[in-house]
Amino acid sequence: MIAVIVAHLVAAALAPPLVRWLGVRAFYPLAIVPALSTVYAALQLPDILAGRSPEVVTAWVPAIGLEIALRMDTLSWVLAMVVTGIGTLVLLYCAQYFDLKDEPHLGIFAGSLVAFAGVMAGLVTADDFLVLYIFWEATTILSYVLIGYHTTSLASVGAAKQALIVTTAGGLAMLIGIIMLGTEHGTFRISEILANPMAGPAITAAVVLILAGAITKSALVPFHFWLPGAMAAPTPVSAYLHAASMVKAGVYLVARLAPAYASLPIWKVIIVVLGGTTMLLGAYRSLRQRDLKLLLAYGTVSQLGFLILLVGLGTADAMLAGLTLLLAHALFKATLFLTVGAIDHAYGTRDLSRLTGIARREPVLAVAATAAAASMAGLPPLLGFVAKEAALTGLLQGDSALDQVALVVVILGSVLTFAYSARFVWGAFANRPGLAPLRLVHRPKPLVIGVPVALSLGGLLLGPFSPAVENVIHGYAATLPASAEPAHLGLWHGWTLALGISAAIWAAGLLMFRWRATIAFWQGAFSFSPDLGRGYQRLTRALDRVALEITGFLNRGSTPRQLGIILLTLVLAVGATLVHGVTWPEEVRWWDSPAQLAIAVVMITGAVFAVRARRRLRAIFLVGVTGYGMALLFLLHGGPDLALTQALVETVSLIAFVLVLRRLSGRFPDEQRKSRRTMRTIMGVAVGSVVGLVALSASAVRSMEPAGESLFTRAKDYGGGANIVNVILVDARAWDTMGEIAVVLAAATGIASLVFIRRGSLSRARKRLQQPREVRAQNLQGTAPSGESRWIAGGEVMDPNRRSTIFEVVTRLTFHTLVLWSVYLLFAGHNEPGGGFAAGLVAGLALALRYLAGRRYELAVAAPVMPGLLLGAGLSIGALSAVLPLFFGSPALRTWIFDLHVPLIGDIHLVTSLLFDIGVYLVVIGLMLDILRTLGSALDEQIEQEQERKEEAQERLKERAEEKA
Amino acid sequence: MSPNLTLVVLAAVLAGTGTHLLMSRSVIRALLGFVLLSNAINLVFLIASGPAGEPAFIDDGKNGVMSDPVPQALVLTAIVIGLAMTAFVLALAHRSWQLARSDEVLDDEESARIHTKAEANELDGPTAEEEAATIVGAFAEQETSEEREVRE
Repeated sequence: MIAVIVAHLVAAALAPPLVRWLGVRAFYPLAIVPALSTVYAALQLPDILAGRSPEVVTAWVPAIGLEIALRMDTLSWVLAMVVTGIGTLVLLYCAQYFDLKDEPHLGIFAGSLVAFAGVMAGLVTADDFLVLYIFWEATTILSYVLIGYHTTSLASVGAAKQALIVTTAGGLAMLIGIIMLGTEHGTFRISEILANPMAGPAITAAVVLILAGAITKSALVPFHFWLPGAMAAPTPVSAYLHAASMVKAGVYLVARLAPAYASLPIWKVIIVVLGGTTMLLGAYRSLRQRDLKLLLAYGTVSQLGFLILLVGLGTADAMLAGLTLLLAHALFKATLFLTVGAIDHAYGTRDLSRLTGIARREPVLAVAATAAAASMAGLPPLLGFVAKEAALTGLLQGDSALDQVALVVVILGSVLTFAYSARFVWGAFANRPGLAPLRLVHRPKPLVIGVPVALSLGGLLLGPFSPAVENVIHGYAATLPASAEPAHLGLWHGWTLALGISAAIWAAGLLMFRWRATIAFWQGAFSFSPDLGRGYQRLTRALDRVALEITGFLNRGSTPRQLGIILLTLVLAVGATLVHGVTWPEEVRWWDSPAQLAIAVVMITGAVFAVRARRRLRAIFLVGVTGYGMALLFLLHGGPDLALTQALVETVSLIAFVLVLRRLSGRFPDEQRKSRRTMRTIMGVAVGSVVGLVALSASAVRSMEPAGESLFTRAKDYGGGANIVNVILVDARAWDTMGEIAVVLAAATGIASLVFIRRGSLSRARKRLQQPREVRAQNLQGTAPSGESRWIAGGEVMDPNRRSTIFEVVTRLTFHTLVLWSVYLLFAGHNEPGGGFAAGLVAGLALALRYLAGRRYELAVAAPVMPGLLLGAGLSIGALSAVLPLFFGSPALRTWIFDLHVPLIGDIHLVTSLLFDIGVYLVVIGLMLDILRTLGSALDEQIEQEQERKEEAQERLKERAEEKA
Repeated sequence: MSPNLTLVVLAAVLAGTGTHLLMSRSVIRALLGFVLLSNAINLVFLIASGPAGEPAFIDDGKNGVMSDPVPQALVLTAIVIGLAMTAFVLALAHRSWQLARSDEVLDDEESARIHTKAEANELDGPTAEEEAATIVGAFAEQETSEEREVRE
């Protein structure tokens, strides 16, 4: 059974390439999957008839007891046959219904449709409530994709969103119910829970919540409004999802729960009231529709109410009738939708006031659709008649008041159903003299006619063979209490009361059809629509409105103001907790060592003067002082790794600042008004005080042992390293680090895209790098003044005035040492200070040195790769080292320790988390190279180009002046 | 655990000065403020983690109390992310200079317009599509003027 679902999902993934390759014909191979699934399901029939239920249970997430449990009993079998069988036919229909040239997204459509068939099969066979919920929501999402298929149509997208929100809201209620039910019973297995159902207020609440999910999914009053809206979907989707399968999910769930919970008093009230109202209201509104598809949609709403009423009533007779009707409805409603699709496709309209002469032009279709409509109206010898007879027989034996109500509702609803069925046939196929004959847009292809005919034939054949159907369904209906004179399926039970009622229904229905104009007039005069559709619209409108108001209130377009609001929230929210119930430390230390005080004084001075500085360079250096001070504090605190990284980062930041400063004016732009400055000062004092107080109380509120305690012992034998900080980074909390290098990659990409914003500038940079090294060297030599000494490769193409021989010599002497040091830091980092971050920064600083000495030529020679390559390679290596242990059955990112003996070198202690650290190393070098490339090289080039342009312009001016002279 | 008062005062001053700079309209100033603020927050981690100690390395011959390594690992990643952020904002400042020859953050007119509209309770303005067209149009114009400037 799992294979059935997986096969559908695989087929769904293959659908887009198949559609690209085969066009619409791709639907044929795709239809094979549900077809085989139908065969598979059919082969289970002997088991089902013998009362056995094949099941599969696979552990999924054992830690929380989650398992994939599938089980096929009689109820599941009936639904699985409907889902896979009609799925096959609808896919075949699609193959000749769509025109590839009108449908740019057909690949996704085909994939979604096949995936839907798969998850629907999973839904009806799931034997675990949580698995059922997952399939349930999967159908909701796929339905969203399929309704919103016409992505450019506002109506289509709106309808899709409405269906999604309504059904997901119900689904969430259902999830809460499921969790309550599962927690009470101690298991989520549906078969186990239903075999020994518990009772009590919590169970009742849980069941009501689950019913809420079923009611929204099956479009019952008051949530029925989403279903007519969903008719924006292409017609095959309406036929399959919104008539035959998805909306039946709610019916399935009610049928599944009925044997266990139908005896709850509230259950029957909900089922009869909502089911009955839906049946009447849907049918009533169906009578007014001019669009054939909407007529059918309201008809479906009505029938869904009828179905839930029957399967939820809690008697064997009603269940027998309900499941028969479910089968009949799937057959006739799919036929009718596909008929409308065929007419719409062929003649370009489905408005019944414009259709004329279709019966003459499409006689086969007309006969099939009329047979299906007759089944819907409950006429013999069709399956719809059989179901309705059984329903009436069962309901006539009811004794409670609710049963009487249900009987009356079903009779009235059937009259209305007969009337709108007749109206459908009349609307689609009648001749309307005086109307212009319709132009044939597309000639209907064989399958577009053939599929509805086949479905209609199914309803016709199953009528006479209904005792065989009963043979199967009886297996499930028998789980409910039987009545004194049990109902049976069949065309003839003698002159019964039920038959008399049926005859009365036909007569009344015919009269209603005869007086349809009068009825339509009165309906127009007293229009009422007790649905939440308008409420839904008002709610979403109000949400939009509130969002706008809040945005308008908070965001006035000024960034400082915006920041001020955020900081003010910090001050007020955190400040409030500080006032209330915070433990203050009983004693304080002045310092850990007097050196801390000295450093702090220097840093405070730096920070205060940075605020007052008017020159950019001064402010940057003063902030740099605090940065280096941080490094010293880290060192004093006992964090050499931190100190090293902080010092390196500070240096890189200074370089980056100065590089960008070349483009900016020397002073900050003029200060604003004094009031604003006062404002900023007040904010600064407030935030500073809050941060200080938080720091003060933070060390006093600790109630647990530090998390690092266990690492003191475990780092070495488990993580294989003596440097605990590094073990945390690459082993214990490696997922955090993974996320972090991903952020670094995103930031580096952002930097590059901001600077290389002009079209072509990035590809030019790449092309220059792709030149072979020799060619590049020749180019450099060609432009170089001869006879110069060569300390660095790029030195010769530089402006001699800007060269510094000493700098070049120093670069030459230190570059390789720095690179070597960085490699040492990388490998030693697991046991000594260092690690991928620090090592990458050192390598980056070595590159920065080359850049500063020889500008962009030198950088291109030193690192002839694009930063993106390093970043991507680094992240990939990190991901690889995370995934690798999975292949050996360990959790992701698990560290392995090898001690190897290599001849001549000695013993090597190899830890696999080194691979992850190499990934980090590459990402950091990538970031550094990216900074140098963009803020360095690219800015150089821009500055030079501007210089050239300026000179050219001046020359031209001079020429012009000479000409004039 | 008793907090280290020197570091507490230092964190407060760094946070205060950082805030003052952050709320400036100059991108570079705001960025410097951001750097100061992140230094302050890193310091809070250090204060909360307890007293100074020996470096957190497993070494059998050592007999002092080690400093808590977990906050150190957190701060280490924060430092590197801070560098990436700094570089990104610098690129933003450069872009701002390219477009407007200044690194000042100007008020966003679009947001201001939404604000006045919300204040005035007026919803029947142009539709969302028209608004989008206006914005795109203005943006395209800006691009061309920038190109022109470069050409000149």
